[in-house]
Amino acid sequence: MASNPFQQAVSAGSVTKPPSRGDYSSDTLFRSVAYGSAFLIIILMAYILWEIGGQALPAMQKYGFGFITGIGWNPGKEEFGILPEIWGTLYSSLLALLIGGVFGISIAIFLTQDFIEARLAVVFRTIVELLAAIPSVVYGLWGIYILIPALRPIANFLHEHLGFIPFFGSELSGPGMAPAALVLAIMILPTVAAISVDAFRRIPYKVKEAAFGMGTTRWEAILKVMLPTASSGILAALVLGFGRALGETMALAMLIGNVDQISLSIFSPANTLASLLASNFPEAGTLEVQSLMYAAMALLVITLLVNVAGLAIQQYTVRKFEGKK
Amino acid sequence: MKFLPSLKVAAIAACLSAAMVTSSTAFADEVKLTGSGASFPFPIYSKWFKDFSAAHSDIRVDYQSKGSGAGIQDFTNKTVDFAASDAAMSDEELAKAGNKAILLPMTAGEVVLVYNLDGVSDLKLPRDVYPEIFAGKITKWNDPKIAAANPDAKLPDQAITVVTRADSSGTSFVFTSHLAAISDDFKKAVGEGNKSPSWPATDKFVKAPKNDGIAATIKQTPGSIGYVEYGFAKLSGWKSIAQLENKAGKYVPAGAESGAAALASTDFPTGKLPSSEVPDLRAWATDPAGEAAYPIASYTWMIFYPEQDAAKAKALREVVEYGLTTGQKSADELGYIPLPEKVVAKVREVSQMIK
Repeated sequence: MASNPFQQAVSAGSVTKPPSRGDYSSDTLFRSVAYGSAFLIIILMAYILWEIGGQALPAMQKYGFGFITGIGWNPGKEEFGILPEIWGTLYSSLLALLIGGVFGISIAIFLTQDFIEARLAVVFRTIVELLAAIPSVVYGLWGIYILIPALRPIANFLHEHLGFIPFFGSELSGPGMAPAALVLAIMILPTVAAISVDAFRRIPYKVKEAAFGMGTTRWEAILKVMLPTASSGILAALVLGFGRALGETMALAMLIGNVDQISLSIFSPANTLASLLASNFPEAGTLEVQSLMYAAMALLVITLLVNVAGLAIQQYTVRKFEGKK
Repeated sequence: MKFLPSLKVAAIAACLSAAMVTSSTAFADEVKLTGSGASFPFPIYSKWFKDFSAAHSDIRVDYQSKGSGAGIQDFTNKTVDFAASDAAMSDEELAKAGNKAILLPMTAGEVVLVYNLDGVSDLKLPRDVYPEIFAGKITKWNDPKIAAANPDAKLPDQAITVVTRADSSGTSFVFTSHLAAISDDFKKAVGEGNKSPSWPATDKFVKAPKNDGIAATIKQTPGSIGYVEYGFAKLSGWKSIAQLENKAGKYVPAGAESGAAALASTDFPTGKLPSSEVPDLRAWATDPAGEAAYPIASYTWMIFYPEQDAAKAKALREVVEYGLTTGQKSADELGYIPLPEKVVAKVREVSQMIK
């Protein structure tokens, strides 16, 4: 073991041992596996981009930027535009994030800030997380059979009496933005709630004690101390939730109505990129497949931008509220 | 040493898969036919192929319902032994496949209009009305034109919600081909027959995926109307199916008889497929004439290569023969239209060209 530099550092008869050859090799092995996996992820991502981009290239050359700003998906006339889908994707995800975010963070506060007994909180948390295990298509069916009929009278009441507000500008006939966004909100709820709970748990108990020690009330402590301290974790939860909402396919294809139009009204049918891809792939011709690949690229780019923006906001809040770096 | 167990697992898995490969080559005499294409006739095809494979231990038929377009693509790329399409193959598509294709109509189906309207149980839709509904021109249930055809029905003052297919589909193709054939307004507003038509973009036109999506949406939306395959409506026990006025001015319910009447009034072209000796069996019943004919019916085709190895060709001919004889008997119960006798004879004759 002359090559082992730690050998000299250990005095004879000591309890401490230098790392053995086995320790070294398992350490090296672990490190290379970890590096390898990390690189594989990057390579996989690059490969997906390369493949999709390669297949989308002919459509990109043909339609250029007009594809992004065009309206209507018309394989018969070879006219493709995805502006309504981009709008629908962002609008439905934002609405879902708004609803799911508020509820998710509220649940996290409820479960971590001593409102209920710890053991009961575990039960609640498990129930919320169970929501994540329900398949998308079941959400879709639930939306069609239960949510839409339940929503219809409320929606039509709102439209009748508050129809001058653009958000209620149309009648809800069946599928539409509102049921889609609500179901989406429920789908992202477990993600947002679980990660927010962890963010609150990570705050040392001392912080809360200190806040109480300074004479804050319970809500002051929660809103002015705990929430800002957990903000970076909560933001991460929201970014993940938003990403999930952007990519959700099946439930939306069943609930949003798949109509290529841009409307502020939450009761109008709309369309999303993922739903467009799912609906049109099976019977698409060559040019349509290329255009669908182009649309997939657009979705990837949107997701990337959202994640980058989320990261930037997160770093900003870490600096501002948590006083790091 | 921690990594050894996983290595063992991998080794065992490798041995197992090697064993599976050798065992599958043991049945070298089995003829395996793969096909892909239309989803519209999938229920009946899968029944045929299942029964056929059960009766013939040496032939196995696998069919993937990917959609007509994908089937034609597979056929052109020669990755399958046969394909199926609701829209046959256009001359262009035939040229891409080197004009080496045999198109055989194997069964036929109807498209029905299903609706959800409280208290109206047998809605009649005249010839000049239902294309207008799907063109977005007639928007209220109590439109005078609908009321005139249904004097006894209490039609509500309610907007019509039209439910169409979100995915591209042979059903949409058959339906829009018919509408475009009988209405110029529809042709102008939506266009010719198309697998994914550009329906008017309004709040009252929503799209749902597949037959089940349309059915579920209509069930939950009062005042809605949409189109599904007759087989689907029949198997799901749907009650509110609109009666449509045919070319002869009669209202006929959808069914095997009215469908057969529609096919009987449609003749095959007399010529051959382009640059080929194969008779052209592409006929469209876009607007069938007979008095008893249901207006929206269409054949669906299987597509074969004229040349392949002898064992496969023999097996394919047997499959076709099975479909034409025993297969036709299950057509009615599954909601398809049995082929008329003269069509069966014609298809049998042409199927002999599969060599």
